[in-house]
Amino acid sequence: MHIDNFAAGDSLLHRLDPRVKIVVAVLFSVVVAVADRYSCLATAVCLSLTLLFLARLSLREVFLRLLVVNAFIVFLWLFLPFTYGGEKLFSIGPLDATREGVIYALLITVKSNTIVLALIALLATSPVVTLGHALSHLYVPEKLIHLLFFTVRYLQVLHLEYDRLRDAMRIRAFKPGTNMHTYRTFAYLIGMLLIKSFDRADRIRKAMLCRGFHGKYYLLSHFELQRVDVIMLVIMMLLVSGMASLQWIILK
Amino acid sequence: MDNSEVIISLKGLSFTYHDNKSHRPVLDDLNLQISRGERVGLIGANGSGKTTLFHLLMGLLRQTAGTIEVFGEERRKEKDFREVREKIGLLFQDSDDQLFCPTVAEDVAFGPLNLGNSQEEALAITREVLKRLGLEGFEDRLTYKLSGGEKRLISLATVLAMKPEVLILDEPTTGLDEDTVERLTEILRGSDLTYLIASHNRDFLSKTTDIIYRLGRGKLTSPVS
Repeated sequence: MHIDNFAAGDSLLHRLDPRVKIVVAVLFSVVVAVADRYSCLATAVCLSLTLLFLARLSLREVFLRLLVVNAFIVFLWLFLPFTYGGEKLFSIGPLDATREGVIYALLITVKSNTIVLALIALLATSPVVTLGHALSHLYVPEKLIHLLFFTVRYLQVLHLEYDRLRDAMRIRAFKPGTNMHTYRTFAYLIGMLLIKSFDRADRIRKAMLCRGFHGKYYLLSHFELQRVDVIMLVIMMLLVSGMASLQWIILK
Repeated sequence: MDNSEVIISLKGLSFTYHDNKSHRPVLDDLNLQISRGERVGLIGANGSGKTTLFHLLMGLLRQTAGTIEVFGEERRKEKDFREVREKIGLLFQDSDDQLFCPTVAEDVAFGPLNLGNSQEEALAITREVLKRLGLEGFEDRLTYKLSGGEKRLISLATVLAMKPEVLILDEPTTGLDEDTVERLTEILRGSDLTYLIASHNRDFLSKTTDIIYRLGRGKLTSPVS
């Protein structure tokens, strides 16, 4: 399980109020996602690298995370340069790659990596549970928050259940292969997990009823904005708006 | 115990699980009376209906025949059982079913908040119960990161925080090490609650209860000494 891998630490970003981090992360991601001017994107890359530096995370772990993101982006590189219309840049056999296509793929690569880096630096440095509490203080609908909490809580339980089933298969000498027996066994595994989760959901509901549940779910954690939180919020908002102004205000 | 107040009275209780193919009677004309202050143990084979009995008592299942009287009133509908659940605390077999809030404090405070306590009151109760069980400092721990023994004790705390008059424990010692069983025994012996415990652990039952019934073939048989 990779939940809360980066959450332990004592850097400036780890200590920052999670509400501040969420607000900045959302605005930053939106600006980067819609921007297409190089000056704006270059600033964004610098900003997210600075954040990463401030968060003092293990660069190796961060790199591994980025690999996952870029595994998807590889597919874009396989198709975009050859399907996007425009000026011909080079060709492989009968396929022509266009300049516009390559630039487009490059933009997407830079944008996604920038956003993921900023999210890792800002959000992964708080435990998921704390983020949930922060979201509820930012007036995100209660139902979504509960969904988040139940998911985090029972992902762990289901993962353990999955591990137990896998181990049970393994100790009886199950080796996955490309055959009917393997497919059927994995289907059983998934079916079993579904049924178990269904039963568990039922038992949890009963446990909640036994403790007087009547549709309301309470959260306790409260945050207090410190001076450093306000200062960081102002600085980061200024930087993000500066970045946005490079995209929309300053003329070519 | 003739002169003491009867708080739970089950008469002719029957329950059948209706599967697609089979009708499997689990409880068959079962009778049980529990008076205030009684400490009752329940043994019985796997699948003999101990959990079913508890779920009927809490109104989580509906009996096929018979009556359930709790605190002098017959309980039939969901609404009748709301009050029952406020006064009887049930500790589930699997603590992962019971602990569903992100943090320990939130989980323990969940019951008191449902009972209408304010946030401050609920937090005060939470701290007090955790202290009583020797679990100080657990407030901000994440429930999914607790060990098995810790989960069981915190689950007990979540039930005790509702200040129940009766406690029902469904196989509380399963999967616990000796030390934790010992702690649980001490906690139960030190409380003045009426309780009903189902367990396979004879030693534990004889230390914590005054009377032990056997559940088999859908009925309770005379006390086992």
